[in-house]
Amino acid sequence: MRGWRRPHLGTEADRATFRTLHRASLAAPALREGLTAASSERSIRHLRILLGTPALALTDTEQPLAWDGEGRHHLEGAGGLARLAIERGQTRVVSGAEVTCHEGGCPVRVAVISPLVVEDLIVGTLQAYAPRSTAGLARAADEVAGWVSGQLALAELDASRTRLMEAEVRALRAQISPHFVYNSLGAIASFVRTDPDRARELLLEFADFTRYSFRRHGDYTTLAEELRSIERYLLLEQARFGDRLRVTLRVAPEVLPVAVPFLCVQPLVENAVQHGLGADDGVGHITIAAHDRGQDCVIEVEDDGAGEDPERVRRALAGDSSLDSVGLGNVDARLRAAFGDEYGLVVETAPGTGTKVVLRVPKFAPGVQA
Amino acid sequence: MNLESLPGAVAVVLVAVATVVIGTWGLRLSRTTSDFLVASRTVGPAMNASAIAGEYLSAASFLGVAGLVLTFGADMAWYPIGWTAGYLVLLVLVAAPLRRSGAYTLPDFAEARLGSRGARSACSLLVVAIGWLYLLPQFQGAGITLAAALDAPRWVGPVTVGAVVLVSVGTGGMRSITLVQAVQYWLKLTALLVPVSVLLVVWLGDGSPGPVGGGDAAGGGSWSLPLAEGGGQGLYSTYSLIVATFLGTMGLPHVVVRFYTNPDGRAARRTTLVVLGLLGAFYVLPPVYAALGRVYGAAPARADSLVLDLPRLMVPGLGGELLTGLVTAGAYAAFLSTSSGLTVAVAGVLTQDLTARARLGGLRLPDAAAFRLAVVVAVAVPLATALALPDLGVARAVGLAFAVAASTFCPLLVLGIWWPGLTAPGAVAGLVTGGLGSAAAVAWTLVDGTSPGPVATGWTATLLGQPAAWSVPLSFATMVLLSLATRSRRPAHTRRFLVRLHTPEALEVDRG
Repeated sequence: MRGWRRPHLGTEADRATFRTLHRASLAAPALREGLTAASSERSIRHLRILLGTPALALTDTEQPLAWDGEGRHHLEGAGGLARLAIERGQTRVVSGAEVTCHEGGCPVRVAVISPLVVEDLIVGTLQAYAPRSTAGLARAADEVAGWVSGQLALAELDASRTRLMEAEVRALRAQISPHFVYNSLGAIASFVRTDPDRARELLLEFADFTRYSFRRHGDYTTLAEELRSIERYLLLEQARFGDRLRVTLRVAPEVLPVAVPFLCVQPLVENAVQHGLGADDGVGHITIAAHDRGQDCVIEVEDDGAGEDPERVRRALAGDSSLDSVGLGNVDARLRAAFGDEYGLVVETAPGTGTKVVLRVPKFAPGVQA
Repeated sequence: MNLESLPGAVAVVLVAVATVVIGTWGLRLSRTTSDFLVASRTVGPAMNASAIAGEYLSAASFLGVAGLVLTFGADMAWYPIGWTAGYLVLLVLVAAPLRRSGAYTLPDFAEARLGSRGARSACSLLVVAIGWLYLLPQFQGAGITLAAALDAPRWVGPVTVGAVVLVSVGTGGMRSITLVQAVQYWLKLTALLVPVSVLLVVWLGDGSPGPVGGGDAAGGGSWSLPLAEGGGQGLYSTYSLIVATFLGTMGLPHVVVRFYTNPDGRAARRTTLVVLGLLGAFYVLPPVYAALGRVYGAAPARADSLVLDLPRLMVPGLGGELLTGLVTAGAYAAFLSTSSGLTVAVAGVLTQDLTARARLGGLRLPDAAAFRLAVVVAVAVPLATALALPDLGVARAVGLAFAVAASTFCPLLVLGIWWPGLTAPGAVAGLVTGGLGSAAAVAWTLVDGTSPGPVATGWTATLLGQPAAWSVPLSFATMVLLSLATRSRRPAHTRRFLVRLHTPEALEVDRG
């Protein structure tokens, strides 16, 4: 019984186009991870069907990465053929002694080798094997190689975006600014004679603070850890500013185990101290709060300083590096990268009214572990 | 309302007002830097355990157990034993790995372990179903309490509890304030312990009499037997009850979210251990009420309000009224804490998977509005059901919620944590099988409870009334067999994930 039929989807030519596009979309996700043995293995079947050849190989610049189809014994030769094509820098059709074998029934007689080019650099080849050479095959192999190159370029873009993010975190760690180091050591020095015990304590706090900030492993930490580091930071700042710096804390203990991106609250507190104290000798008041909001945890850092023009904050969040709040844009970008766009920073401010930065962190997100 | 019921009324109003006030304004503790250490200290096991016990001890524990034991005899003591022993299973098999998984809710765990949105959605659906099934008896219990203590009409209790929960949860407080829930436990314990001590003294003063009707030979003998009457069916019912309660605890949505508050797996285990002690101490008391009720001839027709009636029955005058007031306060605290915990859990899931995605004229609802809408839905459905349906017996309805949890989340958690072979299709199939099986039992119970005569008798009735003994193995088998059949669908990260679940935090390993 044939009760159900596919709805009519245009002419045969239309359907062929759809099939081709669908094949391409199946191969794309693996290629977007870059050119590796694993990604080649997963995409090569789709590429071979796309080309309609009996056998297909993917190589890097030296050796084969994957083979699909018949005549697997040609795999060893693929590396040598790749080097041939790379020398020329364009698609080559090879036949004769370099390809032919003496096994009966092996359909491989001709190889069409197209280089894969990412940012003007050849990173590998796509090799289509067929019983005989046709102009159509050479053209098709060339086009598919061009498309694969495009996907690899996108992979490169993804990778460089990740590298940029990592570099920014490193910058943020390194940014534990020379000023802060200098000022802290100066403040500690002033206690060495008058209050050696306190000087010693502060020095230990300083050591712990730097150890946390320079730690190498892990993108995430718990809110408790982050708060502990902030505590050390504030102790050191208070050693310098004394009663001018007032801090209020309101932290719901339920949210302390929440996993947050490493150094995502600390830069906000640093900003708050800078803004809250300002240039004059007035008293700065900073409030750090963490609330439990069911599935989410909400962290607020507030100062009663001079405030900021909302337009400048918008530009800082958009990543304008000409402004001094590098931390703000970086924290925002990392929160969005980890939890999705709805978890960006929210900044409430206006000139003369202080600044309040609110960050929301989900208690659970796939792949996020402290 | 008359003058006699004044202490009860005052107690109810006090508990309700305190809940709303604490919930709305929160505990606004401000600290300066010198107290930083105090402020960033995580919740300790003792505090967290009190909070879990406070949220867990519901109307069923407070009122239902005593009524059941009075009516049906000592075999009903399996309910409190199972409700406590469920934490033993939780302690041994689930507590620490679940905490280490980083999951906040049960759907979170399914997603993290199986990497499947489908499994997550199935779990969300079940959380809502179990939550509603558990909320229903809370509201009905509130009706019973106010009817017994204040002679109020039956609808007053559900509506007031619903309103208080709606206000305190909806306005953003009471989310999971550990301290508040911890205090609730001690309030409930006091509210049972003080009256029962007085009543025991009265009983000793009366010369410690035996049950009314005197003969241990006649009714007393079977009353105190630990197995239900009815031969094979009785034995089956008892075992089924044991399976449901032992394995159902780990699947209760409002219990699981509390484990997230523990800083690590070790703390989660310690917390569970303390919970065992706290619940053990509490559950000694309801059977004592039942026994005293038998001695002083309380009417089994009003079984669910036995705990409230007994003080008046044994101590006439003002003393009895005051004790009733205290017990009423405890019962009311029980409804409020469990209902708010459940409402938060259900509303959280509804927000995440429903209202936050809803579009109003193409616009997303703001977060706060989405949550409030979810709270209203979470309270309204069981409230309407509680008003529409007649009384099912508080403990019986809760028992069904346990049966559903045991048939669905228990296999998911146990296999998910201890068996690398579990796949998403297998898990979903098991959840559906166990869910449908136990849901059939729930539907049958509702029909049976509302129709005048018995719908079915004999083994059919027994199997449908206590489904756990067949639905739990069925669900386990489905999960294992289907997972084996879909071996290729094993999530790639399974090994790594299991390593993380089972390695103590102090150990340095690559957790990926």
